[in-house]
Amino acid sequence: MTYVLGVVLGIVAGVCAGLFGVGGGILFVPTLTWLGLGQLHAEATSLLAIIPTVLVGVWRHGRYGNVRWRPAIVIGAASVGAAVGGAQLAESLPESILRKLFAVLLLLTAAQIAWRAHRRPA
Amino acid sequence: MAFVLIGLCAGFFSALFGVGGGIVIVPLLLLAVRWDLRVASATSLAAIGITAAAGVVTYVVHGEVRPLYAVLLGVPAAFGSFGGSALQQRLPVRTLSFLFAALLVVIAIRMLVQ
Repeated sequence: MTYVLGVVLGIVAGVCAGLFGVGGGILFVPTLTWLGLGQLHAEATSLLAIIPTVLVGVWRHGRYGNVRWRPAIVIGAASVGAAVGGAQLAESLPESILRKLFAVLLLLTAAQIAWRAHRRPA
Repeated sequence: MAFVLIGLCAGFFSALFGVGGGIVIVPLLLLAVRWDLRVASATSLAAIGITAAAGVVTYVVHGEVRPLYAVLLGVPAAFGSFGGSALQQRLPVRTLSFLFAALLVVIAIRMLVQ
């Protein structure tokens, strides 16, 4: 039963990936911890699960002509470098305050995206 | 140059909070570079693929990946991604923007109460 729910959540994560360009980790990590994995194993395993999700999404979106390859490579490569620094900094910063600030930033971003969509003619 | 900065932000925040790079990359491509949502999200997926692949290599070396669980979620997700991409191509950008804004709100609330 738990595995059935895992499969369902996997599909939902994949649909989000195809729709919004998020990898699916947002759903993978909580699902994996709920299936009994520790936080570290869940995050590591989530990254592997992201790969088939992203490959199929990129293949389909590539067909639709939506992918800009060079910017994607630049963003991906820069992100790998920054992730190493971010992981080290994460241990020395007050994480709970940063988390709240980031959440507020996300809310402002959401408001701006919705506002622009609202003003845009359908 | 803008793309380098976007990548740096994405990598930094994803490592810091364990959020996927996508929720950083897509808004920045939408608002800072003013890309269309379809192009922004598709390019974000390709960028995340690179980041995830690099991350997996590191974790596999440390033996922290559980391949069976990755298959359990990743294979259904690949089918979902196929459907999601097709659905995105059919939905108006306006609708997608509202849905994406709603997703950001849900994630933000979850981070606030965590």
